[in-house]
Amino acid sequence: MSGFSYQRRGKQIAATFTGFEADLLRSLAAQLIELLHDEAAMPQQAVDPLEALLDFSGPTTEPEDPVLARLFPTAYQHDEEAAGEFRRFTEGSLREGKTAGASTIVDALEEAGLPPELQEDGLMIDVELSRPEAEVWLRSFTDLRLALATRLGIEEGDEDHWDQLDDEDPTGQVYGIYQWLGYLQETLVESLIKAG
Amino acid sequence: MGHMSAPSPVELDEPVTDDVTMAATPWVTIVWNDPVNLMSYVTYVFRTYFGYDKKKAEKLMMEVHTEGRSTVSAGSREEMERDVQAMHGYGLWATLEKQSS
Repeated sequence: MSGFSYQRRGKQIAATFTGFEADLLRSLAAQLIELLHDEAAMPQQAVDPLEALLDFSGPTTEPEDPVLARLFPTAYQHDEEAAGEFRRFTEGSLREGKTAGASTIVDALEEAGLPPELQEDGLMIDVELSRPEAEVWLRSFTDLRLALATRLGIEEGDEDHWDQLDDEDPTGQVYGIYQWLGYLQETLVESLIKAG
Repeated sequence: MGHMSAPSPVELDEPVTDDVTMAATPWVTIVWNDPVNLMSYVTYVFRTYFGYDKKKAEKLMMEVHTEGRSTVSAGSREEMERDVQAMHGYGLWATLEKQSS
């Protein structure tokens, strides 16, 4: 397992993934894209048809899925109406941004040679990112980690619980993936700081 | 929402009215602690988005980490909505509210 590093010569931020790792990353990003489309950011049913036509924008209530609720938190804690308005005007574009970010990861991996179906053993995928591309990956890794952490129910200071899980435990395996993404993100931050 | 007016001096021992508070920097963006975001990432976001120097960004990050929340910016309601939206784009848990005290 290796993370990202800054290549001084080409001014690129690079990482090499095994075929398995690249395939896993693509699958996680694709799942996030699906989730972001799944529970569509639709406006609430308006009673008046004219009002419905004029209400061009997003939802006003918190998404039901806990992952989406974490990705799009309520901005006003003590003012439901203001929170709804904020959500209506921001959630749509935030969803688009996060979808685009995850798509960037999928596209970059495939452009770097990841086939639609991973078959051959020993395949290595070299990714080279410009600074702006690396920023997009960085943000999207956050979304992926938030999604996994929400599904797992990760809480502050519960590392011991996860570390004690049996290797065969599926949640332990997901936690391993979560930690791997954290490692990738850490090395990405370091590389971006070096890139200056 | 009240109108904006120039800050006026506040005499001690007098109740501070809402108007006076609002005249200064009436709204704040608060970032809340979460168990997921890395300390290095949160610092990086504060440096990149707000343009804070390393020292200030680290101080705010440590506040989030140890106290559970930190006020990271102040300004008009519109500006704070922009900041909160940006923080959500970065995956940080942020809210805005009228400045207290």
